[in-house]
Amino acid sequence: MEKDQDKVLNEVTSGEYKYGFVTDIETEVIPKGLTEDVVRLISAKKEEPEWMLEFRLKAFRHWLTMKMPSWAHLKIPVIDFQDIIYYAAPVQKKGPDSLSDVDPELLKTFDKLGIPLEEQKHLTGVAVDAVMDSISVKTTFRETLAEMGIIFCSFSEAVREHPTLVQKYLASVVPYTDNFFATLNSAVFSDGSFCYIPKGVRCPMELSTYFRINTLNTGQFERTLLIADEESYVSYLEGCTAPMRDENQLHAAVVEIVAERGAEVKYSTVQNWYPGDKEGKGGIFNFVTKRGICKGDDSKISWTQVETGSAVTWKYPSCILRGNNSTGEFYSVAVTNNYQQADTGTKMIHIGRNTKSTIVSKGISAGFGQNSYRGLVKVLGKAAGARNFSQCDSLLLGDKCGAHTFPYIEVDNPTAIVEHEATTSRIGEDQIFYCNQRGISTEDAIGLIVNGYAREVINKLPMEFAVEAQKLLQISLEGSVG
Amino acid sequence: MNTEFLLQINQLRAAIDDKEILKGLNLEVRPGEIHAIMGPNGSGKSTLANVLTGRDIATVTHGSISFEGRNLLDMSPEERAREGIFLSFQYPIEIPGVSMVNFMKTAINEQRKHRGLEPLSASEFLRQMREKKELVEIDSALTNRSVNEGFSGGEKKKNEIFQMAMLEPRLAVLDETDSGLDIDALRIVANGVNKIRRPDTSVIVITHYQRLLEYIIPDYVHVLYDGRIVRSAGPELALELEERGYDWIRKEADITAESWTTDRK
Repeated sequence: MEKDQDKVLNEVTSGEYKYGFVTDIETEVIPKGLTEDVVRLISAKKEEPEWMLEFRLKAFRHWLTMKMPSWAHLKIPVIDFQDIIYYAAPVQKKGPDSLSDVDPELLKTFDKLGIPLEEQKHLTGVAVDAVMDSISVKTTFRETLAEMGIIFCSFSEAVREHPTLVQKYLASVVPYTDNFFATLNSAVFSDGSFCYIPKGVRCPMELSTYFRINTLNTGQFERTLLIADEESYVSYLEGCTAPMRDENQLHAAVVEIVAERGAEVKYSTVQNWYPGDKEGKGGIFNFVTKRGICKGDDSKISWTQVETGSAVTWKYPSCILRGNNSTGEFYSVAVTNNYQQADTGTKMIHIGRNTKSTIVSKGISAGFGQNSYRGLVKVLGKAAGARNFSQCDSLLLGDKCGAHTFPYIEVDNPTAIVEHEATTSRIGEDQIFYCNQRGISTEDAIGLIVNGYAREVINKLPMEFAVEAQKLLQISLEGSVG
Repeated sequence: MNTEFLLQINQLRAAIDDKEILKGLNLEVRPGEIHAIMGPNGSGKSTLANVLTGRDIATVTHGSISFEGRNLLDMSPEERAREGIFLSFQYPIEIPGVSMVNFMKTAINEQRKHRGLEPLSASEFLRQMREKKELVEIDSALTNRSVNEGFSGGEKKKNEIFQMAMLEPRLAVLDETDSGLDIDALRIVANGVNKIRRPDTSVIVITHYQRLLEYIIPDYVHVLYDGRIVRSAGPELALELEERGYDWIRKEADITAESWTTDRK
């Protein structure tokens, strides 16, 4: 019986990664390695102002004094930070002012990924910033958005065009000294998206950034800064893929969100970096710092993530609930299959009065995958009436994978109410047989069960992406049961 | 191959972990017939249900099973289901997070696809759900919940019969469907089976006790003992078993078995 179950599980968890192709395009790369000169070179390539270079250098010097954190429940081989290329960019004649200036190879790449950059072809209601390796390729629907005063552009462009805003908010949520990877990012970040929603504006379409790693041995260090001014609203989606390669590739991003009084930001991620092959060879090391601050009263930040890719995921999208009555949410589905490892969760820091947070984390482990939830709920002394509800569920497929939960709760206000619920379940051979006996194949049975299990989180995604996420879940676990 | 029979089991031997459980079982079922399989614990009743539905807890070592003239043992469990074999589980399984509606819709449409039919429209599907729910007197709210999750023992058994009504099988295997049911639930479940049965639906009722057979009247009663059918007769046999227990069967069978063992040596 055990044996049969193993067979079943093996088959469903061995699906193939379908974004593993490489685009053959002329790419400008700088030599491997990280020195102060490299930081200066990156800054120069991007024609940055002095203050930006200073920021990078401060971060770099600080980084030299830091060590890679080892507290996560992850087994990570030693990363040689001198063996990584810190800047790679598809060569383009000029800045792409219009679509006809964008290299057709690039367009083809994003088309293949299902991200058409031609606006008329695009899903109505989604504006995209497409980032390949170190630079932003194209941002769609900019003019439409600009009419409402919304700024949506690549980070480099924001540094040039909107320096006051960038200087005001950059590193205001994730300081350059924050942690090893955020500091590294601060020194070498290449590109990313910048978004500003003015007072009282409800952004009429989903904003989305699509990240693609293409070049071999390149690290991707993008930086996203999202500012929602008073009483504004924006829904933002991030997607990512990478080629299949035997080498591990490093991705260390920083995302900062600022929500002013009464603003609401919904940030959704469908993370589908290359997870490595069935033997655990290759795949992306994903070390990401994501944090938002509910700065003003009555503001709200909501993180939704579907994490199916990466060999290693180290990621804790967090909310600092500073404004009174502000709300933080974290909805997560993380899948680890084959030899993938994930240590992911959130931090909810309650500072303001009557602040509320909700955490729903659904881990799915298959193959030899290791899946950890790590979450902190911290209620400061002044956060009277703070309220948190956390739910951490783990689903196991097979008996060689692992699920772990590390909840941290620190409460300094006696009026706070903090709840934590956790469950662990497994897809049993008997459940699958029950479905089989009703005519449902094993693959479909797993799809049903996994999607049923993750539904609460999937439902939080914008509709177009919920469908995609459902498919992705099924593909990620394909072959893990048979 | 005799096409008169829906199901033909011939000299079936099956083992679990190298221990032989079924030891040369024969059974023939015509369309529309109800066969009761009775027998003491450990006689191989559940193993028979497993082998028929393709659950690979048991390994078939010898013999054949044909279903509508096709080799059943070559088919995967889902293929058997789509061909019209339905098992009412002794212990129905809970599947949290999967709604009954979604589950049933997937099952029905898989079956239809197998038979070259278009998927049911949402309205037609819901109409059937409503109709079949009434037939088996299942609480409407149950189908809005996850599959069997938090159902009482009786509700789970009713839910099995509800699924049977939806899938309209050619052969239904009821594995100890009466176990754990009070008399009212038993009546509802049994009547449900009678109501949904079409003239050509065959049923194999696996049971320990006679009481279910008061409602679902069998054409034949077989006694399974030590992996073989040792006695077959009409419904009166069930009553005799109820009165006399299984001991006399055991004695008779052991004598026969003894002599067979000698033969083989």
